[in-house]
Amino acid sequence: MNTVANTDTAHTLRTLLVRLSEIVRSRDAILAMVLIILVALVATRAPQFATPGRLAGVFNDSSILIMLALGQMLVILSRCIDLSMAANLALVGMVVAMTNAAAPGIPIVFLTIMAILLGAMLGAINGLLVWKLDIPPIVVTLGTLTIFRGMIFLISDGRWINAHEMSKPFKALPRTSFLGLPVLSWIAIVAVLGAVILVNRTTFGRALFAVGGNPDAAVYTGIDVGRTRCLAFVASGAISGLCGYLWVSRYAVAYVDVASGFELDVVAACVIGGISIAGGIGTVAGAVMGALFLGVIKNALPVVDISPFWQLAISGSAIIVAVALNARSERRVGRIILKTAEKGT
Amino acid sequence: MNVEDGKTLNDGPVAISVSGANAEPQGNGFRHVPDRLHGSLRRVLSSWESLLLVVAIAIFILNTFASPYFLDPWNLSDATFNFTEKAMIAFAMALLIVAGEIDLSVASIIALASTMMGLAVQYGAGTPALVAIGLGTGLTCGAFNGLLVTRLGLPSIVATIGTMSLFRGIAYIVLGDQAFSGYPASFAWFGQGYVGWVITVEMVLFAFAAIAYALVLHKSAFGRAVYAIGNNSTAALFSGVRVPRVKFILFLLTGLMSGIAAICLTSRLGSTRPSIAFGWELEIVTMVVLGGVSILGGSGSIPGVVLAALVMGMVTFGFGLLNVPGIVMSIFVGILLISVIALPRIVQQLVHARAARHRKGDPTRLGSAQS
Repeated sequence: MNTVANTDTAHTLRTLLVRLSEIVRSRDAILAMVLIILVALVATRAPQFATPGRLAGVFNDSSILIMLALGQMLVILSRCIDLSMAANLALVGMVVAMTNAAAPGIPIVFLTIMAILLGAMLGAINGLLVWKLDIPPIVVTLGTLTIFRGMIFLISDGRWINAHEMSKPFKALPRTSFLGLPVLSWIAIVAVLGAVILVNRTTFGRALFAVGGNPDAAVYTGIDVGRTRCLAFVASGAISGLCGYLWVSRYAVAYVDVASGFELDVVAACVIGGISIAGGIGTVAGAVMGALFLGVIKNALPVVDISPFWQLAISGSAIIVAVALNARSERRVGRIILKTAEKGT
Repeated sequence: MNVEDGKTLNDGPVAISVSGANAEPQGNGFRHVPDRLHGSLRRVLSSWESLLLVVAIAIFILNTFASPYFLDPWNLSDATFNFTEKAMIAFAMALLIVAGEIDLSVASIIALASTMMGLAVQYGAGTPALVAIGLGTGLTCGAFNGLLVTRLGLPSIVATIGTMSLFRGIAYIVLGDQAFSGYPASFAWFGQGYVGWVITVEMVLFAFAAIAYALVLHKSAFGRAVYAIGNNSTAALFSGVRVPRVKFILFLLTGLMSGIAAICLTSRLGSTRPSIAFGWELEIVTMVVLGGVSILGGSGSIPGVVLAALVMGMVTFGFGLLNVPGIVMSIFVGILLISVIALPRIVQQLVHARAARHRKGDPTRLGSAQS
């Protein structure tokens, strides 16, 4: 009796330990630890960096990257990639800024909704091309990237929309303080919570993992692979659109090259966050921490007196290390025995 | 595992559409490989290259009518500069993409190689040393990419996004907001020299690279191995192809071509900034894909890439003569990129839909790609 109880406790203890070590060894936990160590290291050189106010500032500064990384995550989970996010952001930002400059009376809420819808529409173009025509996502978004950038030039004539042309409320929204945090941060927090629910608690979220993990199996399970991917692109487009408004209002300027090259930063944030580029693996927490990692480095370098020119090389090395670590844990144990799903013709 | 990575990157949508007749999604039949399936599409548009040739000729004629300055030999010669350097990298990139990999760090390799050459100039290096440094930097970077992909088994798209930041990051660390200049006069030959009449040194290098890469890809056992890896790397491995070695060599070649492009570009500009060649990687990939190389690997040809380079170069030049800014040109290239890939697929879908109707029914139960 006693021995049975003993083995029982031993067993529960062991499972508990296994669980614990699983959690500790999980990618998210490692990344969280790396983040904390990074902040601690910076704090040894510059103690003021680790104050709550300063960290909130870093979060606020990373907000747009966090949101974009969440959108990119949805797309990457479904085994696609969206290189047009930054161009989408810039195009929507320009449209919103021009609308505001032309008609300052239009309420900001309306402009925000317009930005989201316009972004979603641009995302839908990507999604439909991927869904209906089976064009590889990297080609589609490479094409729309250049088209969107060109469109900005066409509608703006290469002109800049500067701060003085934008209305006061237009510029004020992301900065407005609410419960101690700027609205921009709150929007990012809401986006993170929304993403958690979308990814973990909806059939769409589960479909994303199924599609990315094994598209053929997903077809046999009755999941419409193309539709799921298209929706992921619409979502990433909507987020890009929202960020388009936030970007131009935060920096109070809109021009053709806004956020040029930012699409690869977004992919980098996802990759550092442990989201597998092959699809099907990733967490919201990972994407957020990947973006925060880049944000912390960007904000910490000037504080610790390292030239900001180091930033690019450091984030590059971080990407390589992150991918190398992830590749190890992603090795599939089993063998895929399912044949390629046939399309009824 | 690492042999699978390249293939699983983006094969999603096509993996589903694979079935009998349309197993070759691009439809641009490549003549030298007899053991491939021919889609019905082959008869519709006999080949990708001929389609591109028609586009190129059409643009040439349009340009001739649009501007009286277009047919001037010196103008045409000047115009080649906007594609020769990119195209030289595109050839190596084409092989890499055919093999199912990609290298997004090429533009950053240019930046790093150019920075290293600029650094050497500060220490009084002569032209031969500069060339050696340019090529050496390119090869080193290529080898680094190759090791990441073949030794560590990383997916090339993310590994090279990483090295893209790393290589250009090093250039930024060295240069900051400064610029290197003061290259020796003899160094200018590569980017500004002429071999005779209007023929530039870069044109000769471009032609030489085109022929060399066409021979390697289409006429050598190595080229066959590249196709084999792109079509099915596991099968290639089992049939005796040393997959990692071939891939490593391809990354090395891409690095080498980036080094050559760095020498030409630096020589042409006469100065180095860390932002040199920014954004070229996407233009080069666009050139390769426009040239009919399937981004999923396994098919494509060097003549196609040459034609795509000419098309992109002529569009840029023609629009430039008409005072149309380069960015508007990019819209055209973007639309071209999507439509040249979309059109054959639309045709394919129509053909399939008609065939299905002929066979009476058999609705597209599992078909997600057919509306």
